[in-house]
Amino acid sequence: MAVEMAGEPAIETRDLTKVYGSGNTEVVAMRDANVLVRKGEVVALLGPSGSGKSTFLTAVGLINPPTSGQILIGDQLVMDGPQAQVNLRTFRRTQIGYVFQKSNLITFLNARENVQIAMELDGMPSRDARHRALELLGELGVADRAEHGVSMLSGGQQQRVAVARALANSPSVLLADEPTAALDSRLGRQVMELFRRVARDHGAGVIVVTHDQRTLDVFDAVYEMEDGRIHAQPADIGPPKNS
Amino acid sequence: MNLAIKDIRANLGRFTLTTLGIGMLLMIVMGMAGIYRGLVEDATLLVERIGADLWVVQKDTRGPFAEVSRVPRNLVHRVTTVPGVATAREFVFHTIQRQHLGKPLRISLLGLSWPQDKGEWLPLIAGRPIGQSRFELVADKSLGLTLGEELKLGKDTYTVVGITTGMLSTGGDGMAFTTVWDAQVIQFDAPSEAIRLERAARDQRGQTSEVFLREPALSERMGLPATELAAVPVPALSAVVVRLLPHADSRQVEELIASWGDTSVFTREGQNDLLLQGMVDKARRQLGMFRALLTLIAAIIMALIIYTLTLDKLYSIALLKLIGAPNRVILGLILQQALLLGGLGYLLAYTLGLRLFPYFPRRVVLANEDLIQLAIVVVVISVVSSLLGIVKALRVQPNSVLMG
Repeated sequence: MAVEMAGEPAIETRDLTKVYGSGNTEVVAMRDANVLVRKGEVVALLGPSGSGKSTFLTAVGLINPPTSGQILIGDQLVMDGPQAQVNLRTFRRTQIGYVFQKSNLITFLNARENVQIAMELDGMPSRDARHRALELLGELGVADRAEHGVSMLSGGQQQRVAVARALANSPSVLLADEPTAALDSRLGRQVMELFRRVARDHGAGVIVVTHDQRTLDVFDAVYEMEDGRIHAQPADIGPPKNS
Repeated sequence: MNLAIKDIRANLGRFTLTTLGIGMLLMIVMGMAGIYRGLVEDATLLVERIGADLWVVQKDTRGPFAEVSRVPRNLVHRVTTVPGVATAREFVFHTIQRQHLGKPLRISLLGLSWPQDKGEWLPLIAGRPIGQSRFELVADKSLGLTLGEELKLGKDTYTVVGITTGMLSTGGDGMAFTTVWDAQVIQFDAPSEAIRLERAARDQRGQTSEVFLREPALSERMGLPATELAAVPVPALSAVVVRLLPHADSRQVEELIASWGDTSVFTREGQNDLLLQGMVDKARRQLGMFRALLTLIAAIIMALIIYTLTLDKLYSIALLKLIGAPNRVILGLILQQALLLGGLGYLLAYTLGLRLFPYFPRRVVLANEDLIQLAIVVVVISVVSSLLGIVKALRVQPNSVLMG
């Protein structure tokens, strides 16, 4: 089932299926997942543990190849079944940003360096990357913590830094796996609203895996996963919430 | 941004301690090579400094350094007459150990052939060469004697008139230089009681010997010290050192002197070979084995540390891969740390060694050749020791970030 929204496509999956094992031990973790997320959209992916959310996220994040189906980022076919059509590491670096549940910062770098490294890996000169990293941290309200080590940041600050890093190379897709699980409700909402703003300001397609029912109003669409299948929650489908 | 440096900054304490440990290990490896070089230099120093073309020693001995050699004093005159010989000098060498200021003092004593040789060739850092035929002494600074100090050796007192540097015997003992006469007096010094007993025994033998009964004057002379008795052989030399005339045929001179029934001859190279093969070879092999073992231990420790440092940042490495870091960045992170560890350890070893080695009881000579060789070894073991960590890091899957 494909759900279309206004604007250019950021990410599209076609009949995405992932099977682990074979024969008697075969487990279908995801079956025929069809999702279309356009630029500027923020969508939620709900579902109980073991429903296949992480499998879907790692597949579209180009970390864990699907068994069959296709993944398109922008207009480009990236995965055709398990076969990569592009250099995955380069593609991840330039097109995809990741934010995860627990702190996903490099522990031996400070906040600014965590953002800067993403851009330097993409070939940006160190001075420019540093400048841009400070800008991003400023946008996310943590510029004053730029030179602090990871362990000196609160959970919310760490998530903001992670978002800044995810946005560093202006990706077309932002993937977040339970980014508010470690945060209190106020911070959780702040982070979700941050995604909303990122989608709007940077034109990225954002997919957020979450259990947090309190923040669903932030999303343009909500998908639910159960036994490896994705369903849309029709009531939540609507135009992008760009305001 | 240099990730290796950033990681080190975050683990500065551990990295510093590890570098210190590796540095001290490498310093010992460096020291082993230096001790060997010192042994070689000490062993050959005297032969090189004396600069003799030929060494004439007692027949069938490897003297005077490798074993005891005794040749008569008149051998000097015999050798001088050989065509092609420019000069022939007496050589007396022996080691003594005496108490000095309540401490044992080992001296390798070398007799200079006064007045031809006053010791002008010695590397003096203070004072002057020998200036009179008796009771003056030039000492190496390693003996701890000072200029003008008086040293009682046997029944006589010697004044230190010059200080040399780096003059050590093959055994590593500091050297002192006197005239040949003084060196022999010191060598054959006997306690007064022993002299009295010997004199009495001589007198007693004289009373029963027909020769002495017929020549009473001879009996009176028996009371003199042995060294002053014309009829009694004077103390022997250790060797005769020979300098050849320019363009003289060394081989011919050597063969001629060696054909005499009481002498063996060695060239300077032959003497050096005797010293190195006989005295230094086992030490060289022993030190070589220690060096190899210590290098291996240093490599194992480095591998372990690099591996542990890598394990500690597996999550960060997975994250780097996830955000698209190419393998060369991960490889560079680990390899640079290993090279930094090795490089800083090497520098520390060198710096510490320069300060500590002079206090070692034996000379430690840091030769450029050994330093370069060790630097190459350090680079190799740094690279090899990082392999375990690199393999581990390259196997980390980026999705392990999500699992963790």
